[in-house]
Order: sequence, then structure tokens, then C-alpha cells
Amino acid sequence: MLLIPCPFCGPRDESEFGCGGEAHIARPTDTDRLSDADWAAYLFMRKNPKGVHLERWVHRLGCRRWFNLARSTVSHEILAVYKMGDPPPASVAGQEARRT
Amino acid sequence: MTQKNRLPEGGRIDRTRPLGFLFNGRRYTGFAGDTLASALLANDVHFVGRSFKYHRKRGILGSGAEEPNALVQLELGGRTEPNARATQVDLYEGLIASSQNCWPTLEADLGAANSLLSRIYPAGFYYKTFMWPPSFWMTYERFIRRAAGLGRPPREPDPDRYEKAWRHCDVLVVGAGPAGIAAALAAGRSGARVILVDEQAELGGSLLSRKGAIDGAPATHWLDTALGELRSLPEVMVLPRTTAYGYYDHNMIGLIERIGDHRGGSNGGVPRQRLWHVRAKQVVLATGAIERPLVFSDNDRPGILLASAIETYVNRYAVAAGRRGVIVTGNDTGYGAALALAGAGTAVTVVDLRTEPTGPQHETARARGMEILAGHTVARTFGNGRVTGVEVMPMTADGEGVVGSGRRIECDLVGMSGGWSPTVHLYSQSGGKLRYDEALAAFVPGNFRSGQHLAGAVRGSFGLGAALSEGFAAGAAAAEAAGFRAAAAPVPAVEGYEPAPQRMLWVLPSSKPLGHGGKNFVDFQNDVTAADLKLAVREGYRSVEHVKRYTTTGMGTDQGKTSNINALAILSETVGAAIPAVGTTTFRPPYTPVTVGAFASRDLGDLLDPIRRTPTHGWAEKVGAPFENVGQWKRTWYFPKAGETMHAAVNREVKAARTSIGIVDASTLGKIDIQGPDAVKLLNWVYTNAWDNLAIGRSRYGLMLDENGMVFDDGVTTRIGENHYHMTTTTSGAPRVLAWMEEWLQCEWPHYRVFLTSVTEQWATIGVAGPNARKLISELTQDIALEDESFPFMSMKEGHVAGIPARVFRISFTGELSYEINVPTSYGLALWQALMTAGEKYEITPYGTEAMHVLRAEKGYIIVGQDTDGTVTPGDLGMDWIVSKKKPDFLGKRSLARADTRRDDRKHLVGLLTQNPSEAIPEGAQIVGELKPRPPMKMLGHVTSSYYSPNVGRSIALALIEGGRARIGQELHAALPDRNIRVTVTEPRFFDLEGTRVNG
Repeated sequence: MLLIPCPFCGPRDESEFGCGGEAHIARPTDTDRLSDADWAAYLFMRKNPKGVHLERWVHRLGCRRWFNLARSTVSHEILAVYKMGDPPPASVAGQEARRT
Repeated sequence: MTQKNRLPEGGRIDRTRPLGFLFNGRRYTGFAGDTLASALLANDVHFVGRSFKYHRKRGILGSGAEEPNALVQLELGGRTEPNARATQVDLYEGLIASSQNCWPTLEADLGAANSLLSRIYPAGFYYKTFMWPPSFWMTYERFIRRAAGLGRPPREPDPDRYEKAWRHCDVLVVGAGPAGIAAALAAGRSGARVILVDEQAELGGSLLSRKGAIDGAPATHWLDTALGELRSLPEVMVLPRTTAYGYYDHNMIGLIERIGDHRGGSNGGVPRQRLWHVRAKQVVLATGAIERPLVFSDNDRPGILLASAIETYVNRYAVAAGRRGVIVTGNDTGYGAALALAGAGTAVTVVDLRTEPTGPQHETARARGMEILAGHTVARTFGNGRVTGVEVMPMTADGEGVVGSGRRIECDLVGMSGGWSPTVHLYSQSGGKLRYDEALAAFVPGNFRSGQHLAGAVRGSFGLGAALSEGFAAGAAAAEAAGFRAAAAPVPAVEGYEPAPQRMLWVLPSSKPLGHGGKNFVDFQNDVTAADLKLAVREGYRSVEHVKRYTTTGMGTDQGKTSNINALAILSETVGAAIPAVGTTTFRPPYTPVTVGAFASRDLGDLLDPIRRTPTHGWAEKVGAPFENVGQWKRTWYFPKAGETMHAAVNREVKAARTSIGIVDASTLGKIDIQGPDAVKLLNWVYTNAWDNLAIGRSRYGLMLDENGMVFDDGVTTRIGENHYHMTTTTSGAPRVLAWMEEWLQCEWPHYRVFLTSVTEQWATIGVAGPNARKLISELTQDIALEDESFPFMSMKEGHVAGIPARVFRISFTGELSYEINVPTSYGLALWQALMTAGEKYEITPYGTEAMHVLRAEKGYIIVGQDTDGTVTPGDLGMDWIVSKKKPDFLGKRSLARADTRRDDRKHLVGLLTQNPSEAIPEGAQIVGELKPRPPMKMLGHVTSSYYSPNVGRSIALALIEGGRARIGQELHAALPDRNIRVTVTEPRFFDLEGTRVNG
């Protein structure tokens, strides 16, 4: 079970959290003009890296706040947590690009 | 009963506390401090069980968690436990145990005939024999399970109590042998919060089993001093009888503590076991090592033990398990057993696989004049049950064959040592990778993981000196890593076991080919022999994971603790690949089995899940109403009068709501308080219709879609103030709707100024429906004008009802003139009672969820989750009217424009009327157009709701039917297993089609 450092409450057990999947997926604007394929890509297409994954979590049974988290899908090491709307820390963003 | 193998002195047992116990119906005596295994051996009971497949006689093999043979059925009735390892069962007065896998008795077991048939029980027997025809597997399986059973699960409820505990610590030390104790000392002295756990009743590990000296005194003196110091440290918690069974991510360790087991009976009033979840900043693994058996012909007779177990039984339990011993070893540790037995007066011969044995214990044995046969093998063993002798032969230099003639040595005890395998289970569970060490012939931890430290034999560092020095170092490093200052501790001088070169022979040679004249067991618990493994390779299996599953090696309850490395090595020799290239199988939790009761602990019965009750729960209970579970809620199902059937009660309730007044507790409705200047923007996003022009005090119905355009909740939202809304959701959907809106607000529109608060529990909601509803409420309020002009349908007024501050909503889930009165929850019952009393003259009738469902179905109002299932769009429900064409966007809008969601032949919500008006179709029934004598038939859809409606005077049903709206008027069939029902498709509305009743 992961120990997740909630940016608002501190480290808590994974069982208090919910995982919302990949982070930084902005809802498209002007959806009326979107092709079916683009809309489907927004709805369904997700990264599945072996390495660093940027994902969003909610402290469901705590402060109920959402935040972003960078996690290695290999070691489950949590490399960073950062607030909604913030870009990933440079170090982590670099690692994600490398797809370790 | 005498304990003929008990030594007159020594051991860690308490001779002042004799304990009586029953094994297979016979009474024996042991001492406090014994395990069931040591007490049985003290009474010279070796033969304790039958093997899994061949029903061969088996004895105690080991002295701890590794035991594959001595699995017993412990206790009786609800407390019975199968597969208890006798080596890990602490003896208590009155203990009852019996052998498993034998019938009718251990001595006269009928299944032993399997042994005679062993030629037809090779590896993969079940797969080969019972494959075809596939439908017969069910028959075979029942037979196989009965024949190959491993103990019986209890048939009665478990009478014991289990607890759970959670703990954080700086340093968790697993294993309280010399390395673990040293680590706990080093960490504990720094002030760190330390937990030291050991699976055994007494801490000390190998110090209890082997003779040794620390700082010039017996090692047990050091042990006593160290444990005394640990107990004096306020931040150190010591947990004996506690197994670390699982090592999970981020240093989460699962522990199972046996608090009451060793007290017997009802555990002396304490819980039987406690399950710990420990989150440790740092973990020190000092889990030691497990000795490997040697693989030779008929190496499984009772009386053949691991050498280390023989040594443990002598030194720790004062039990010499035989009168004449033979020790077979490829290393120096086997001599520990020989010296211990010799010291206890047992004559011993050592068969050493090494041609030129070395090692300190070997030297001692030689100096004492012990018979040592170097470069010899055990070619076979004798005995009909308990071992009576072995045949020893000199080996060829390469150890592949034998030379000369055999010599028979009479004996009643054989010890074997095939080297040691570090107990890497927890390390591997944590994600650690193993490395094969050629010199040790063992897998050792190959990398160090952050937050984790290893000390002693688990690292492949054998010997007391290494255990202590690595233990102190690991404990200090762990404390430092957890933020404490650990002073360097002087490592004491030791005198004891130290490693020496060993010789590994994975299958001992004999004068006969492998598998002829005897069986060379590798996995004792699952009856897998060296010949089985070689057969699997001949049949084409190469991957260790495949060979494991095909032969079942390592798949018993012991998970191959004694067999895995031997099996792997034999596999590697057979396929001609190096051991590291063959690889290991995966280690998974639990290390040893954990009883399911401990995982359940107190989460049983009413404590399994929270129970949510409405304010009228007690009232309904008193009048004898049954309840229905709706999520965690208990909702009143119906209110039967004396002697009334459910059908009669529901009919009466449904009629009353349409003729006078029905009253319902709707407090479970999800309620969300929405406040902030951007509240209306949020509503415009989550609902399909437009919310900009909703006046204060007015209500509106809305549908929520997910982004796939599918209906996922509905409800009425009311504007309370300028920037203040009161949203209602379905009973079960409330948490989901709140989480949904929160996610969008926080992740997509963090700039919106709007706050959401769940107020479901804060408001009681009492619904009053029927032609007399307005009259009744007008009698109970002075400050709320109820006339249509001032209080029209779909609006809300604040005031008082029965003197209670209330929000009254004029909304309707029945189609009748109806009010939903919301009052603070603590007033809910008072309001209900006031309405009941004032309503007597109208014969006010309380109704439950069943009548509520009938009433809404008569009107064709949907229940999300019953009439929809996550594949249903508003259009499918015939509710396009609620989907705004003007709003530029809302959640799910784009998906409604997909070709698939615009198809004409989607499943539509329609009504169904049966030909026979009194027959109701079972909900879930499949609807077909063309009946065939038997399936398959083309299924057009299914019935989502079905009731008898007294107001319509017939049964009514809602169904999702392919192209349903175009089929209105068509005749279809509900195809049931026992009969078919002819139905006609109609509009999904059955009563008050003009919709005028809502006005009263």
C-alpha cells in the first residue's frame, strides 16, 4: 500500500485516496467542432508508461482535495506531488520524457 | 505417559509446568515451552501424518515455519483449524490435534493404496488424465478433492475474537535472532521508535538452538541481557509470536500476532489474534535462513529430519529424537546436530558428502572420535514407517555415482543438511531482486532498497559473528536514516558456528537409477520427486514457473520453503542451464498462512459496513415494518397491518396516496448545498438543461450525464438565494454526484467560486402526497401560504410546519399534489408524528419504498440505476425535451452527437402491458420478438421495472427495448425459463396521462 504525501494533510495511507488516472488532460473547448476521433482521444486515450507517470489523486477520506502526483509505475516511488493547475516539477517532467 | 526422548536436563522448557494434550485420541504430556512437535518427539511420536498424493507415512521434518509434513487438524468445532504446523503450535494444557489426510485412521489409511499406484501418478497426472471430456472435470474434481484433502475447514462460526491495529514506527526489525536483536538494540538506543517482531514464542532465534558463546559467556546470557535492555527502552515494542507475513509498498508490513492461541480454549479472554498494519520509516530484515533437505531415495520416512531441527530439539527442547543417529551433510552445520545428539548420549555416524571435510564443528566431532564417513552418500533408507536404517556407499570423485558395496547402518533418526537458503521471502515481496551466490549455493539479496536494511543469514552472511556485527550496523544505519543519532556499539567477541566450505549434490547418487526402488522427494508436502521434475523437462517444460505449476512443486501451504531451491537446481541440471539462468519463482504474501478471521476481525455482522438510519426508523420498527437495504441506508419497505400480506399492504398504500394522503420518509435523498457566485455555471455544466433563468424559490428537474453522454443521476435542484442552491440526487448516487462535481471544480474550473457541502444527513425529508395533502399541511402552518398562486408546482417556501422550521418543496415523485417537507434531522420524527396525528381524519397512510416505486412507475418516472444502466442516453429515455439545444456545452453533450448515440434502433424506454392483467413480468426478463422452442433467440431488451398497479387495475412494466418507440402497439414476448408472457409495447406512462393530478 502506497504512502501518499497529500500536499494538504501530509503522508497518509493509499486507502484514504482515490486515483483519477492520468493528469494534465484538459477538457477540449469548442467540443462541437471536435471530430469524433478527437473527442474519443480525449475520453479514452491514456498513457501507460513503464516509468514515471503523472497522475491525479483525491484525498477522498481526508481533505477531499485533488492534487497531482508523479509516480514510477515500476518501483511505485512517488517522485513529486504538486497542486492542481501547477506544471510538473522540471526534474519529474524530464524523467517522464525519458520514459525510464 | 513417559516422555522417553526427554533429556534429564537442559532446554528452554519449564519442567515445573507439565501440560497434557491429545494427539489422535491418545493422551501425552509435554512441558510449557514445548511446541506440539517437540512434545510429540519427546514422546517418540515421529509418524504424524500422511502425504498429500501417495499417503506415505510422514514425520516431523523441521522445527519452524518451513515444516511441510507435520500439518495437523487443531482443535474441534468452530475452533478447528486445518494445516496447523505442529512445529509452530505452542503447547497448552488440553490441546487437541489429529492427523490429516488419512482415513479411517493414521495407522490404517486406505488412501495409502495410492502409493502402490504411484506409477500412474506421475507429474501432471491430473492434467493428463482428467482433461476430456471437459464436462467431466466437475465429476473428477470432487473425487480428487476428497482423496487429496489437506484438513477440513470449520463448519461452525468462529467463536474467537480478532483485532486489528495500525502503527507507525521509525524502525521495524523482523526476526529476533542475534542479528535482529542487535539491530533493535542499536536502533532502540538512539531513541528511535522500534518494533521488534519474531514469529516464535521465545526470542533468540538460533541462539536458542545452537551452542555458542558471546563475550566469554553462554550466548543465552547475552540474549537475556539484551532482551532486558530492549524491554527497558520506552520506545521499543517487542512482539513475540508475531509473523511478518507480508511486505507491501512503501514499507507497509503486515503482522499477525498470536495473542491467545497458546492459552487454548477461549484464549483466556483475550482476542485470539491481532492483525497489525505497520508503516515503518526503515525496515531491518533479519529473517535468517532455512536449511535444505537432501534428495536421496526414500528420504521421507518418519525419523528423517533436517539436521538443524535435530539440533534445535536437543538444545532448545531437551529432546533427543532417537537412540541411534545418522547425519548426512554436505557442510559443517550438520555436525551441530551430530554433536548435540552425541552430547545427549545418542550414538551418531556422520555421512559427509565432502571428500575432505573441514570446519570447526567437524574438527570437534573428529576430536571426540565420532564415526565420520567422508565422500559417502546415503543410497537408500529402510523401514516400514519409522526409519530403521540407511545404506551408505562411497561416491565417485565427481559425486555422480557410487563405488564399492553398500553398508547398512541401523538407526532410528537421520538428520540431513543440504545447505541453507536465506529467508528472502519478505525481501522479495518488497520488490528486491535476488542474486545467485555460487559459493553458498543460494539466492541472496541482490540489491539494497531504500528504507530497507538486511543483516545476518538473510544476506547470506552465516555465522554468529556476522549476525551480530551486521545486526548492530543495520540497526544503527536504520536509526540514522530515520533521523536519529546512533552511537557505534562495540560488537561482542563470539565463539560459535562459523561457515566452512560445503559440497552441493542436488540429488545424491545411488546404485539404482533415479526413481527405481524408492522415491527421492523434493517437495514433501506436494509429493514431488526428482524423477517428476526430470519428467516434466523431458515433456518439454523449461520455464521454472511452468514446471512449478505442472509438477505442483512449491505450491503447498508451505510454499516450498524447503523444496524450491532443490527443485530449481535439479531443473537447472536437467536442462543444462545455470541456476541463475533458470531463475526463481515469485514470492508472494503471506509468508505463512494467515487465518481469514484476522483479516475480518471486528468487521462482521452489523459492523461490516456503516448502517444509516432515517429519523423515522424506530417508529417504523415499532409498527413492524420491514426494511430494505439501499446502499448503506435502511429504508422502510412497506407498513403491513396485522395479518396483511406485502401485496395487500403495498396496494393499500398506493391507493391511499391517490385517494387521500400518503406519507413517506424520503430523508435518504442525496442533498448537496451549493453556494457561490459561480454556482449557476456549475449547474449549467453538470445538467443537460439550462439554469440561468431559475428564479429564487423555484425548483427544476435535471438529468446528469457522464462524458459519454450516458445518464448517471437525476434530481431536483432549487434556488434558495441569489448564489445559493439546494441540489437533490438519487439516494445511492449522492456520494458519486458530489465527488463528480468536486473533481470538475477542482481539476477543470478551479477559478469558479463555488462551494459544495453534503447536507444529506442534516435534513430530514418527509413527503406528503395525495389530494388532501394541501389541506393537511395548511392545518400545521401559519407562515406558509399554500395556494397555487403563491406556491405553485416546482417551488419552495421557508417557514414552519408543526412549529418546526422547515423548507417546504412542492415537488412530486408520485404525480399527485405533493409536498416534500425538509426539517433539521433531529426534528424529523417530531414532524412525522405531527403529520400522522393531524392526518388521522384523512386516514393518512405511511408508505414505503415499494409503494413509492409503484407510484412513480404508474407515472413513468425513471429511477436512475434501475431503468438505466450506464448505456442509456436522455434520448433513449424519451427525454430529449430536457437536453438544451441552446447551451454551447455541458458534460456529455459532444457524445450525444456521435453517430452511435443518434441511432434509431437504440434501446428505448417503453411500457409493457401483459395480456393477462394480473400477471406481473419478473424484472430482468428478456424480451424477444420471435419465440423459439429454446435459446438462442434474438433478445430485444429487458424489463427494468415491473409491478402490479392497483390504480391502473393491472400489471405495468417498463423495459428497454431495441427501437422501442417504433414498436409501440407491437406484440412481443417475455421469454422466461418456465413460461413465456405475451406483452404489448406502450408508452412508458400508465396513469394520469394528462398530468393534472399534480395540481390537486
